[in-house]
Amino acid sequence: MKDTVSITGSAHTDQTHDSAVKHVTGRADYTDDIALPEGSLHAYLGVSDVAHAKLLDIDFTEVLAMPGVVGVLTAADIPGANDISPTGLKDEPVFPTDEIQFHGQPLFAVVAETRDIARRAAERAQVAYETLPHALDPVAAQKAGYPHVTAPLKLERGNVSAAQADAPHRIRGRMRVGGQDHMYLEGQIALAIPGEDDDVIVHCSTQHPSEAQHMVAHVLGVPSNAVVVNVRRMGGGFGGKESQMNLFCAVAALAAKKWNRAVKIRPDRDQDMTATGKRHDFVIDYDVAFDDAGRIQAVEGCFAARCGFSADLSGPVTDRALFHADNAYFYPNVRLNSRPMKTNTVSNTAFRGFGGPQGVIAAERMIEEIAYATGQDPLDVRKANFYGPDDRNVTPYHQKVEDNILDRLVAELEQTSDYRRRRQDIITFNKTSPVLKRGIALTPVKFGISFTATWYNQAGALVHVYNDGSIHLNHGGTEMGQGLNTKVAQVVAEAFQVDIGRIKITRTTTEKVPNTSATAASSGTDLNGMAALDAVEQIKARLVKFAAETWGVSPDEVRFLPNTVRIGQDELAFDAFIKQAYLARVQLSAAGFYKTPKIHWDRARGQGRPFYYYAYGASCSEVTIDTLTGEYRVDRTDILHDVGRSLNPALDKGQVEGAFVQGMGWLTTEELWWDDAGRLRTHAPSTYKIPLASDRPRVFNVKLADWSENRELTIKRSKAVGEPPFMLGISVFEALSMAVASVADYRECPRLDAPATPERVLMAVARLQAGP
Amino acid sequence: MTHRTDIRFILNGRDVSVPHVAADQTLLDFLRLDRRLTGTKEGCAEGDCGACTVLVGRLGASGLSYAPVNACIRFLASVDGCHVVTVEHLSGPDGRLHPVQRAMVDHHGSQCGFCTPGFVMALYALWMQTPEPTEAQVETALQGNLCRCTGYEPIIRAAVAVSRYGTPASDHLSTERETMTARLAALQDGRRVVTGPEDNLSILPADVDDLAQCLQTYPGATIVAGATDVGLWVTKFLRRIGPAIFTGHLDGLKTVQRQGSSLLIGAGASYTDCQELLTSHLPHLSSYWDRIAGWQVRNMGTVGGNIANGSPIGDTPPVLIALGAEITLRRGSERRMLPLEDFFIDYGKQDRRADEFVECIRVPLPEPGDLDAAYKISKRRDEDISSVAAGIHMSVSDGVIRNPRIAFGGMAATPKRAPQAEAALTGKPWTRASFEAAAQALANDFTPLTDWRASAEYRMLSAQNLLRRFFLEHDTRTDSPIQLASA
Repeated sequence: MKDTVSITGSAHTDQTHDSAVKHVTGRADYTDDIALPEGSLHAYLGVSDVAHAKLLDIDFTEVLAMPGVVGVLTAADIPGANDISPTGLKDEPVFPTDEIQFHGQPLFAVVAETRDIARRAAERAQVAYETLPHALDPVAAQKAGYPHVTAPLKLERGNVSAAQADAPHRIRGRMRVGGQDHMYLEGQIALAIPGEDDDVIVHCSTQHPSEAQHMVAHVLGVPSNAVVVNVRRMGGGFGGKESQMNLFCAVAALAAKKWNRAVKIRPDRDQDMTATGKRHDFVIDYDVAFDDAGRIQAVEGCFAARCGFSADLSGPVTDRALFHADNAYFYPNVRLNSRPMKTNTVSNTAFRGFGGPQGVIAAERMIEEIAYATGQDPLDVRKANFYGPDDRNVTPYHQKVEDNILDRLVAELEQTSDYRRRRQDIITFNKTSPVLKRGIALTPVKFGISFTATWYNQAGALVHVYNDGSIHLNHGGTEMGQGLNTKVAQVVAEAFQVDIGRIKITRTTTEKVPNTSATAASSGTDLNGMAALDAVEQIKARLVKFAAETWGVSPDEVRFLPNTVRIGQDELAFDAFIKQAYLARVQLSAAGFYKTPKIHWDRARGQGRPFYYYAYGASCSEVTIDTLTGEYRVDRTDILHDVGRSLNPALDKGQVEGAFVQGMGWLTTEELWWDDAGRLRTHAPSTYKIPLASDRPRVFNVKLADWSENRELTIKRSKAVGEPPFMLGISVFEALSMAVASVADYRECPRLDAPATPERVLMAVARLQAGP
Repeated sequence: MTHRTDIRFILNGRDVSVPHVAADQTLLDFLRLDRRLTGTKEGCAEGDCGACTVLVGRLGASGLSYAPVNACIRFLASVDGCHVVTVEHLSGPDGRLHPVQRAMVDHHGSQCGFCTPGFVMALYALWMQTPEPTEAQVETALQGNLCRCTGYEPIIRAAVAVSRYGTPASDHLSTERETMTARLAALQDGRRVVTGPEDNLSILPADVDDLAQCLQTYPGATIVAGATDVGLWVTKFLRRIGPAIFTGHLDGLKTVQRQGSSLLIGAGASYTDCQELLTSHLPHLSSYWDRIAGWQVRNMGTVGGNIANGSPIGDTPPVLIALGAEITLRRGSERRMLPLEDFFIDYGKQDRRADEFVECIRVPLPEPGDLDAAYKISKRRDEDISSVAAGIHMSVSDGVIRNPRIAFGGMAATPKRAPQAEAALTGKPWTRASFEAAAQALANDFTPLTDWRASAEYRMLSAQNLLRRFFLEHDTRTDSPIQLASA
C-alpha cells in the first residue's frame, strides 16, 4: 500500500517556486529589506562626467561640509589591492587614481548618516581633470588604435581560402548588434557588517558569492577566511550580478571596516545602469561562400565587441560568440576571429547567453543572406546546413556534435506551427496590402552547456539531516528567480523519498560551501543538483549500513520508500528511523561535490571539447509591420524547446517564456544610446524600454520537447535551461526582416541592424523602397 | 482659520498622523524606512516599473474609490485624507492568501519575486473593478508594471483566473467600505494644511479659492498635482521643491463635464478621471488615451499638469491643440483664457506667471462630419514617451478641405502647429496629392532633433507619413487594413 503513495515534490513534476508565497505577500526579503543594525551608515558613489581624462584632483571640501556626512572613501583608503578585476588582469580599480576611463565611472564614495545625504553630497565634489580623446564603439576604437582588453580568439578548420575561391557564390556583409541592459528589477546592493579582528559579513545580491568574498578580502588585504558573503535571493540577475557586484561589496566592506559601523550601498537605477556593465554590442563582419543549393562552403567572420575600459568577462564572452557563430550549422571551412576592443565606456559583462546570442544571430543572418540570394525559403536553407548525424558534425572548435536532435525538433515545430501554409498566406497578403506587411521566420538554437573556463565546472553542497528528520539543504548556487533551490530540493526529496516540505533551503553563504562557481552559464542545477545528490548519497550509504547492521539484513533489503524506510520486514517512518540513527551515532551530515566529466579546452589551439552537451530549441514567429511608421506587433510565436528530461516542467517553461521575451526585447525595443560625449542617455526604464505584457506575442504557444532526454549522465537526464531559449527571440528579428523585404519583393536581404526599433524598421523599408 | 500641521491618513487598517512632512518626502520612503513595510519595492523611482505599486483610496464626488499608484513618485503629503493600502494588507490576519495571490502562486506568476508585490497590487485593483477581465484589459492594467523574468504569460493567466479564487464582494475593502468611508469622511476637516520644515513646506489648500490665496502667499511655489513629473525632479534630479502646493485633493479642480458644445476639464482631473467623458465624445482619443504612460501614472497624472509643465513631448497638447482647446489661467480671482497653442512660448517657457495656475481646459467638440485623428509613435507601443505625437483635425465639404488644424509633439521645442502643412491643405481637394503636398510642406514647418528616442530623419519621415496615414484612414476608397490591430 505504502509503495503506491508518492512523495510531494518529486523530480520531474511541476512544483511552485519555493518562495512563491513569500513573493506574492511581500515577505520575501531582499538585501534592501534586511533590518539595519543600530548606527548603520549609507554610502553613495560619486561618478565622472567625462568619458576619458587624466584625473588631477578631487576636492571634497563641500562634500565634507554637508551635515550628516561621515566621510569619503577614495583609493587612498584601500588597505589591500585597489583592484576588482574578476580575471586577475588588474585592469579594473575600485576607484581610479590617475585616469578616468568612462562617463559615469565611480571615482569615490561618500559615507553619511542617510542615503539621501550621501547621494546629495556625492554631487558636491569638485573633480579636476584634463580631458583626453575618447573612442566609444569598437569601430572608432579600432580606428584610434585602441588595444584589445584581452587576448582575441581564433577558431579555424579546413581551408577557407580555397573553399571561397571554389564556391559559386559569396556574400560579404556587416551587421551591428546592440547590447542590452540587464534591468533586473532589484538593483545592485550590498550591506557590510563589521566584526572583530579582520572579519566582515557582506549581505548582497550576487550570483557569485565566492568571487565577492575573495574580492572583498583582496581589497581589504585580509585572508578570505575573514569574509563571509551571504545571498538569500536576488531580484533578478541575468549575468548582471556575476562580477558587477564586486564594486559594491568592496565599497560597503571598506567603509564598514573604516568606520566600524554597518554600511549599506544602493545606487539608484540611473547610476546602476550607467556604472555597471551590460551585454556586449558587436560589429560583425561576415563572409559566407555557398553553392547553388544554398549549402555553406566556407565562413569567415570577425566579431568586434565593445568591451568597455577593462576586460571583466569580455574574454570568455567574446570566445563564446565564436563558439556559437555556427549555431546549428556545419561550416566545412571556417575561420572566426574575435576582436575584444577596449572602449571608453562601462566595462561590459555577462548577460544570459554570454556572447552566444551575438554569435547565433550572425549565423542566422548568413542563412537569410543565402536564402534571399538563392530565392529559397530560409527554412530550407537552414535545414540544408544543419549538422549531420554521422558526418558534417564537427564544430569550428573541433568538438563533434553527437546529440543533435534538431532534425526532429524543427520538423515537429514546422508542422505544429503550420509554418509552410502560413508563409504562403503571408506572401499572398503582402502582395495586396499597401501599408501593413507581414513576415514569418522559424529559427533554431543549439547552445553549448558548460563554463568554457573548465575549472568553474565544479560545485559543492552541504546537507544536514537533523535528528527530528528535518533536512537542511545548502549548495553553492544562488537563487535569482530561476527556481534553482526548488529543483535541487526536488532532487534531495526524491533521493531521500521524503516530502519536499521537510527540506529547508537556506541562503547561500560562503561559510557553508567554499570556492563556489558563479551561478551562471545555465549550470546551476546541473552542478549543484549533482553536488547535493552526492551529499545525500553519502548520508544514505551510512544509513543503509547502520540499518543493515542493526536489523541484521543485507543492504539491499534497506529501501527508502515515500516518507518511510523499509528494513527487511520492518517499516519505520523516516523521522523515527533518523532518530534511531542519531542515537546510534550515525553522522547525519555530508558535504557533496561534483565536477563535470569529459570536458577539456585548449584555447591556444582553438580545439577541444568545451561543452558537455548541447541544448536545442526552435521558435517560429509571425509579425506585422506598419510601413508608414515602422511600428510592429508580434502576432504569434510557437516554441518547441529541449530541456532533456525536465526536473520541473512548470519552472522550465517559465524560463523558456521569460528568456524568449527577453531575447525579443534585446532585438526590438531595447536600445542603448550614448551621446557623443560618451554619456549613456538610455539609463532608466523611462528611456530604456524592455518588453511589456502587451508586447508579448498575441498568440504564444510554448512546449517542451517531452521526448528528449540528455544523452549524458546529467542530473536526472535533464538539461540546462537558463540561456538557450534566450536565442529563440531571433525568430522575431528575422520575421521583421522578411516583412521589410516584402516591400522590394524579397529580392534582397534587408540591411537591418539590431535592435530593430520601429525607426530601424522604417528606415530599412525606406532604403528598399528607394531602390538599389 | 487655523492651519493643520500634520498629514492624516489611514495606512492599511490604522490611522496615521505624521507631524512634520517635508514637501519632497515620498510615500515609498515613508512606507519602507519609517514603517518598515518592505513589501513595497523600489525598482526605478520614476514611476515606470510598478514595483512600488500601492492602492490609494480617496473619497471623491462619487464616493470612495481605490486606484493603483506609484508610491515612489507619490509625495507623502498628497495622501492626506486617503486610505493607503500596501501588499501587507492583502492576506488575511490568519495569513491566508488573497485570491490574487493564490492565483499568482498557482500559475507560477513569480520568478525572482521583486516585481511581484507591484503586480499583485495592480491586479488587485483590476479585479475589484473588473473581476473577469479580458487579456486586453489585463494588458492595459499592467502597462505600468515591468517583469524581467516571466515574459508575463503566467501573470496574464493568473489575472484572467483570479475570479475563480474569490469575488470582490467578499474582499475586505468591499466589506469594510462603509466603515472606511466614515473614517475617511472624519478626516476631511476642510482646513488648510501647512507642514514640514520652514525651507521645505508642504501646503495643502482647503479648496480652489484657497489655492489661489496660497499662490499669493507663496508666489513661485511648486504646484504639485499628480507629481508624475515633479516626482522625478526629486527622485532623479534631487531638486528641492519646497514650498510645494499640493492640489491633488481638490475636488473643485477635478470637474469633468460637458458644457454646451465643449468639454470642460478641470486642471486637477487625472487622465483616468476624464477618460470616459473624453473618449465618449472624442472616440479618436480612445486608444491614444490608453497609451499615455501606465495605469498607475494615468491615475495620478493630470491633463492640467501635462499642459502646465510645457514639455515638448507631452501626450495631450498636440491632440488638444488640434481640437482648438483653450485654457483658463487664474490669479487670485482674476481669470484669463488663451488658446492652448499660445501657452507654449519656448522650451521650458510657458505663458504663466508665478502666482497663476491653470484652472481648466475647454475642449470644443468637433462638428458632425469633422475628421479627427490622434497618433503617437514610440519605440515601445505602451508606457513610452512619444518620438512623435500628432493631433489632426479638419472638415471636408464638397470634397474640399477646410480649417485644418495639425499639431505635433516631439518635432520642436514646444508642442506646435504645422502652418505650412495646414496651408497646403486649406481649400484643397480631398485627394492623395493634397496630402502629399502637405507632407512635403511639413519639412518647412519643423527641424526636429536627434536624440535617444528617435533621429531627426525618422521623426520627419514618420510625421510626414502620419499625414499620409490620415488620408488613407479617412478615404472611403481604402479597403486594405492600414492600422496594426490594437491589444
